[in-house]
Amino acid sequence: MALDINTKKAKKNAYRISKERGIGASRIRVPGGYLKAEVLGMVQEIAEKYGNGIVHLTTRQGFEIEGIHLEDMDEINEKLQPIIEALEINQTDPNTGYPASGTRNVTACIGNNVCPFANYNTAEFAKRLEKAIFPNDLHVKVAFTGCPNDCAKVRMHDFGIMGMTMPQYDPSRCVSCEACIKGCRGLSVNALRMENYKIVRDTNKCIGCGVCITKCPTRAWTRSKKKYYKLTMMGRTGKKNPRLGKDWLIWVDEDNIVKIILNTYRYAKEFIDPKAPGGKEHIGYIIDRTGFDVYKEWALEGVEFLPETIVKERLYWDGEHYD
Amino acid sequence: MGYSLTKENMDAIFASLSKAYDIFAPHVFEQEACFSDQDNIRYASVTSLDEIEFEKKSEYSFKEALLAVQQNLFYFTEDEVTVPKISDKGILIFLRSCDLHAVKRLDQIYLNNGPEDFYYKRLREKAKFVLMGCTETCSSGFCASLGTNQADNYDMYLKITDGKVVVDCKNEELAGYFAGADTAEVIPDFVTENKEKVTLPKNLSNESFGNPVWNEVGSRCIGCGRCNFVCPTCTCYTMQDIYYQENAKVGERRRVWASCQVDGYTDMAGGHGFRKSQGERFRFKVMHKIYDFEKRFGYTMCVGCGRCDDVCPEYISYSNLVNRLAKEEQ
Repeated sequence: MALDINTKKAKKNAYRISKERGIGASRIRVPGGYLKAEVLGMVQEIAEKYGNGIVHLTTRQGFEIEGIHLEDMDEINEKLQPIIEALEINQTDPNTGYPASGTRNVTACIGNNVCPFANYNTAEFAKRLEKAIFPNDLHVKVAFTGCPNDCAKVRMHDFGIMGMTMPQYDPSRCVSCEACIKGCRGLSVNALRMENYKIVRDTNKCIGCGVCITKCPTRAWTRSKKKYYKLTMMGRTGKKNPRLGKDWLIWVDEDNIVKIILNTYRYAKEFIDPKAPGGKEHIGYIIDRTGFDVYKEWALEGVEFLPETIVKERLYWDGEHYD
Repeated sequence: MGYSLTKENMDAIFASLSKAYDIFAPHVFEQEACFSDQDNIRYASVTSLDEIEFEKKSEYSFKEALLAVQQNLFYFTEDEVTVPKISDKGILIFLRSCDLHAVKRLDQIYLNNGPEDFYYKRLREKAKFVLMGCTETCSSGFCASLGTNQADNYDMYLKITDGKVVVDCKNEELAGYFAGADTAEVIPDFVTENKEKVTLPKNLSNESFGNPVWNEVGSRCIGCGRCNFVCPTCTCYTMQDIYYQENAKVGERRRVWASCQVDGYTDMAGGHGFRKSQGERFRFKVMHKIYDFEKRFGYTMCVGCGRCDDVCPEYISYSNLVNRLAKEEQ
């Protein structure tokens, strides 16, 4: 019997239609890129039974099981069920695989589960956001990075979340060793100086990376109890106008980030180009069309910032223009 | 005299004690470690038993109860000098055996090494020590190798066990607080063996300066000074004269902890410095702990608490280094 595949449905179900006729790939999202090793065994089993034994580690921290026969998709969906459950992916109907693929896997650097520089648990926050936004057909990319080093390259995402800490200084524990000053100068933004043997932090310069804290040998510098983030906006790759995301919110909190991203889905639904190819349009292009002020009206609904949050009035992106 | 009492009774006694004493003890400072979502244990002024961390080892030692990180020595105006007052209360310090042995070293440096240090003495005179036992060895300490695993010169010993508190009180003034409590035989917990075992070298001398080991560790050391700051027997400080920015004729003189590993420690007028390389600085530290001090005072300075090994961000092990020096003598 001739192969008769609804490719739109298959793609939405997280299958890739490959260049080889009849052959596709099964894509497995791993929110935060953080998983129990037992999942690897499950991936291996599917790859060896249904695929060609090859797995690609995707650019978005997922797995792509290569060489599967498109007619096996239903069977593979059943095999994916324990993986979907182990990774706690929101699902509409069990044994039917992934309910959407538009909103991409939420990625994260290793974060403070391991990294000494990270200011928060990136995988945990990535999973929280995944729970809030998936499944959705809108083409959205979100990434989390533990500190302004941005190892996760969050500036190339629609939303980039960078961990910050508000350095707390106890002058009575400071021995004027200048380790923080040297650290900030060499590794970060040179926001510290010494006056009368004590450290002065230039709050306009400080990016909350936490280098002063990791360098301090006496606990004169410690982290704020509250966790802060920088939200970078509308970075993207692609054919027309690739560009890096711009800082919008600085010293913002976790709850408001989730709120703003959810609001953005409502905004995009309202303003997306109805003729967009495949119904997919990067939010950045929608904002380019409506203007940032209109976006803000929608995105900030119900958002009450902390007093310390810096909100940039307008953002001006650049990047290459090929369109 | 030993006592056994309920936790509630001890809480009440602790409350009375804290009226008469500033009580310093290891305390968990939540999320205040070097890295995010980790806690730091260091000394704090506490007013209840529950604030004290009895299990885990403190990253920094008790010494800041007697030698604050920063101590204001006097304030000056154009024609007057004022020495800051200290509290009328006594001082009670909770500490383990290794640290109690370190008190002897601090006394040696500040009281029995030429003129007595006024600022140390006025705190030390009113300090009493409460021993916290060790039921098992910590991972890095080597107290048993140095004979600092046991101490009997405590004023009080206190242990919380299954909702009960046992106390051994040697100090008469403190014993008054336990009048009416059930007496009991109380023997402090102490360890007899550690995971780390250290043998001290016997034949160090100026010849040891040429040992290649100093350059080896020197190339790894980043000169952060953490090993000094956490050490219960490091006593060095440096002076800082502050002229207030609003009126430069008024100011204060402070002393703050100094580290022989940090830049500037041996700097002199004209830019001369005695120990420029980290290797030389490391040699100085190690030889001071296990050679110079002993030559002068007759016993080893290091008490084997192992904090320097716990804290080193470059994983340089002082105890391994000392063992290597001893082994090379064989």
